[in-house]
Amino acid sequence: MEIKNAVAGTLESGDIMVQIAPGDGLQVELQSSVAAQFGRQIKALITETLTGLGIDNAYVKATDKGALDCTIRARVTAAAVRATGKDVWKD
Amino acid sequence: MRHTKVVTLEEAIRRSGLKDGMTISFHHHFRGGDKVVNLVVAKLAEMGFKNLHLAASSLSDVHAPLIEHIKNGVITKISTSGLRGELANEISHGLMKEPVVFRSHGGRGSAIASGELHIDVAFLGASSCDELGNASGCPRSENAKSICGSLGYALPDAKYADHVVILTDDLVPYPNVPKSISSCDVDSVVVVDSVGDSSKISSGAIRDSKNPRDILLAKQAAKVIINSGYFKEGFSIQTGTGGASLAAVKYIRESMLEQGIHASFALGGITAHMVKLHEEGLIGKLVDVQSFDKVAAESIAKDQTHQEVSAVEYASADHIGSAVHALDIVILSALEVDVDFNVNVLVGSDGIIRGAVGGHPDTAEDSALSIIVCPLLRGRIPCVVPKVTTLITPGAGVDVVVTEYGIAVNPGRPEIAERLAAAGLKIVDIHDLAAKARSIIGEPDALPFGDKVVGIVMDRHGKVLDEIHNIVD
Repeated sequence: MEIKNAVAGTLESGDIMVQIAPGDGLQVELQSSVAAQFGRQIKALITETLTGLGIDNAYVKATDKGALDCTIRARVTAAAVRATGKDVWKD
Repeated sequence: MRHTKVVTLEEAIRRSGLKDGMTISFHHHFRGGDKVVNLVVAKLAEMGFKNLHLAASSLSDVHAPLIEHIKNGVITKISTSGLRGELANEISHGLMKEPVVFRSHGGRGSAIASGELHIDVAFLGASSCDELGNASGCPRSENAKSICGSLGYALPDAKYADHVVILTDDLVPYPNVPKSISSCDVDSVVVVDSVGDSSKISSGAIRDSKNPRDILLAKQAAKVIINSGYFKEGFSIQTGTGGASLAAVKYIRESMLEQGIHASFALGGITAHMVKLHEEGLIGKLVDVQSFDKVAAESIAKDQTHQEVSAVEYASADHIGSAVHALDIVILSALEVDVDFNVNVLVGSDGIIRGAVGGHPDTAEDSALSIIVCPLLRGRIPCVVPKVTTLITPGAGVDVVVTEYGIAVNPGRPEIAERLAAAGLKIVDIHDLAAKARSIIGEPDALPFGDKVVGIVMDRHGKVLDEIHNIVD
């Protein structure tokens, strides 16, 4: 699947900003205000969400401000839709 | 013969007899605007002092320059109520060899009075002072540059320190009355450009919330108070500095007006909210250890029924006459509450020190009804947890926890649970709140604590309550 640069989310408290760029393999770089306690889980969730959307090659930079799983899933999905042009909600 | 105690800072330090290894003290009435700590410690460093114990009533973001003085060996020990910002972050990562000793405001007062915390030289900022040392936190001339109101946390230092230096940014003609600190307790007076930026007194912990969740929590807290059995003519009340506990005052006021109920006094950190109720005749007296904003500081300057008290008179466990013993209701905030009702207000869920003990354990233990107001989650950080990261206020003194998911009542206070349930409030088991939080955020990984002790928490009776370990990145 072709990946273009795309972004979703904000840097507000409780949100996460997800930037997607072309990459080789799935590479997730996470900065999080709750990294010590939840970094592992957040990275796993980002990877799982992208893989679920059929994205296996991308560089992802995520800046997390304590977002809950539902928010993370929504922001990753939105960024993926923008990056691939494939509307998972419509198609 | 006309006397004066006015000298330069360097001369005051020389006259004090300060030596390496001694204890110096400061108050935090200017909070985030304080200029005295940095000014004095920089001078001590310049004069070559080493190995000093800095005993402040509290420290905040503005005290980051202490990091360099710690690295250079000028300051090797700290006692305080709180730490914030970069200084707290560095200390949490193991900056100091000796652990920081944390005490509550009442605990610090007791420790100074008993001699357990002996102060060699106190450096106390004052908004006005005469040349003999009569000092006040209130402005007394048109040249006044600052205002901090109550000097409650400085009073034990002034009374018990071996040597007392007042720093002021407004030297006024004798006699500077009414005074907070008496000339009899003061050895030197130093005139400086500024002791503090008064506009920053209400920075730091205090927020006036427009957050709808805070407002919901505030309404719930007010309902708890009104239906607790303690809301009756002549009750007394203290509120903490959290957005929700400040907002709760607004809703309590409405019920006081409706039911024709008056409070005998409000205690503690006094805010503009409390001053308003006092001026409306709803609160008889204000008992003020710390003026939390400019309105409170201006009120104490002009109102005889708005009374300054020392940290000892406010919250000492040893002193039978301290005000907390007469306190009916206190509303407090929390970083974390656990299923045993223990509270942490000092160490963040990331293991980094980011708060202050304050009067939390003092008021929780001695009040008739203590109410903790906190959301279930702050972002992904849980506030109701299986076990607090650091123990500050033991659960035995905590009666009610108000969250947006329901109200938990300490099993030791079944009569309160009954009254609240009868009033139609949603009472939940605190274990269910902790479980609810976990169901939303998942199971957090353990914090990367190291083996080094960076902080020791003393309880208000002078015993070690908990240890804080360093965080490893």
